[in-house]
Amino acid sequence: MGPVRMGVQGEATSEQEGEERTMKSIFFHLMPYRDLPADFEQRYESIWVTPPNSELCDPRKVAQYYQWNLDELELADRLGFDGVGVNEHHQNGYGFMASPNLMAAALARRTPNDSAIMVLGNTLALYSPATRVAEEFAMLDVLSNGRLAAGFPVGTSMDVNFCYGIAPTQTRPRFREAEELIIKAWTQPGPFSFNGTYNQLRYVNPWPQPLQKPHPPVWLAGGGSVETWELAAAKDYTYSYLSFFGAKFGRKLMDGFWAKMDELGVERNPFRAGFAQQICVSETDERAEKEYLEHVTYFFNKCLHIPPYFFEAPGYRTRRSTEFAIKTDQPGAIAAAAALEKNWKVLNEEGFIIAGSPATVADRLIEVAKTLRVGNLHALLQIGSMPHELTKKNITLFAEEVMPRIRGIWDAEGWTHHWWPAGAAVRSVTAPSGAQA
Amino acid sequence: MTTTAPALPAHVAERIVEVGPVRARVLVAGSGSPVLFLHGAGGLFWDPFLESLAAHHTVHAVEHPGGAGSDEALAHLPGIWELVLFYDELLDVLGLDAVQVVGHSFGGMVAAELAANSPRRVSRLVLIAPIGFWRDDHPVPDIAAIPPDALPGLVLADPSSPLAALLVPPVDDPQARFETAMRMASVLHFIWPIPDKGLSRRIHRVSAPTLLVWGERDALVHPAYAEEFTSRLRDSRLEIVPGAGHLPQLEQPAVVRDAVLGFLDRAPS
Repeated sequence: MGPVRMGVQGEATSEQEGEERTMKSIFFHLMPYRDLPADFEQRYESIWVTPPNSELCDPRKVAQYYQWNLDELELADRLGFDGVGVNEHHQNGYGFMASPNLMAAALARRTPNDSAIMVLGNTLALYSPATRVAEEFAMLDVLSNGRLAAGFPVGTSMDVNFCYGIAPTQTRPRFREAEELIIKAWTQPGPFSFNGTYNQLRYVNPWPQPLQKPHPPVWLAGGGSVETWELAAAKDYTYSYLSFFGAKFGRKLMDGFWAKMDELGVERNPFRAGFAQQICVSETDERAEKEYLEHVTYFFNKCLHIPPYFFEAPGYRTRRSTEFAIKTDQPGAIAAAAALEKNWKVLNEEGFIIAGSPATVADRLIEVAKTLRVGNLHALLQIGSMPHELTKKNITLFAEEVMPRIRGIWDAEGWTHHWWPAGAAVRSVTAPSGAQA
Repeated sequence: MTTTAPALPAHVAERIVEVGPVRARVLVAGSGSPVLFLHGAGGLFWDPFLESLAAHHTVHAVEHPGGAGSDEALAHLPGIWELVLFYDELLDVLGLDAVQVVGHSFGGMVAAELAANSPRRVSRLVLIAPIGFWRDDHPVPDIAAIPPDALPGLVLADPSSPLAALLVPPVDDPQARFETAMRMASVLHFIWPIPDKGLSRRIHRVSAPTLLVWGERDALVHPAYAEEFTSRLRDSRLEIVPGAGHLPQLEQPAVVRDAVLGFLDRAPS
């Protein structure tokens, strides 16, 4: 593990900052249950909140999945991905990583190629006191030698309201207060008092504070709330648009994001934005369909089997964001996307997946990244029931043949990535083939 | 105010009053001794039940705060304690020293809380299918997680009744759906995730004679919950309404009207 690239005051040198100009690829793992019954979506209400655990979730299978999941993430590190990504969901058959911090801790010790550890993220509203997140993220930052990207998602209605019992109208107030408390805990000398509505603490003084200064880069994630964009602008955080419906669907949302940045006078640096994309790489376009179709349809049919009422408990969204959603017909677009038949042609044409030969995938990713104006790709390379061996193939082909083609897409504009963890390796000068495998 | 609400009849006045920092909308009609009406999660509508009350009383039907206005009202009222104080202050603003209170469902829970907090202000209490307790043997369904097509079956004894159309806004009207969601949100704010916020610790303070009205076939709040109230109240009686679900005052209007009007005190208080 190399030295952390930061000075005594935590300022990266200008030369090092100058290197952070490449498109970032993060292998993002959802950790799905890979063996749901064939008739799951006919028999059960939802993949999230209520799928009966003792009936559907075999801990012996999960033991195997966790090994595979971590092996896959560690492989991505060895093959030269810029980052490895984990996230938090609850009572969810497509992502049973209730504590992403446990996975990140395992990864911090087993990623010798110094990928960024992207925890996208901890659902702040769930933790009381929220200093728990400040403590665990600081531990991860120190444990990984400054490689943590600290994701602060507002969280879904399923997780926050239905699984964790937070009143929908408290979702955003709790998130905002937690964000304020965590940043203070990381940056103000302790001990100090914090008199919040949901967190009242006489002594805030976590040990340790993070290694990265002033604090690990904060990555917001969401589905298009106006308030989240404003927070990203006000605090200089990145924003990642997370959906499974691809760029065609995300275009309106990201256009809205950039319009808001323009309105607030924030520069159009593509590295302040990210997007999630399901990707399937094979030797040829035809072969991709043969290998991946089954696993992708498993994902769209079973893993997204969620009734509309769980998506948005009344009050989860603010009046302002709901008005924006109605104006831009988000409910209509989501319903239309959900109603589509998920065959290979439709999934590709709509951009729900980007699949094919390395050249096909790279071309489409470049187009999508340019369209959305994003400098960070959360590459979903393990999808649905995709088995371990095929996942490794997907990761390997992406690292060796796609990543080199997309790294330089923002070179001409000359932007600097100010939000990359200071302790993570810089890959721009290292060809993926040079990585220690 | 809402896209789904029909225009108010001419004899019903709409008042907007300031209660501290919160603006409250109150529908006022009729004459006689004052009755405060508190509605349930469906929202405030001038319906035949209110019309029948207004034939003998001055009805003050209050829109629950946060449903129709901005998000700020709820920020001022983070919990049931502040909500009860809001209603106590509203009575001051309306110039009502003492009042009879009728509440339905969530409004019944708030009415019971108000009567427990301010026993000298509430002279008589009518609770129609109130929430406020939790029993593991009859869990109250999660009203945020009911498929729209299943709602009439839980709320109404006869799901094919024309009342079913009032429960769910049209699918193709996002604005109406939004207003419905906001009304629901302002109620869920106080009862999420389980509608037991400690009424059992306070209800012994209620001194008002209380009439409980329950639909025999209420599938949302099981009639077994009536015991939770009658066993704790000093002076209560229970009217079970056959052929009614969770909206007995609209499903069996004559029975409920007679029971409620027969119970309320018509002399000016």
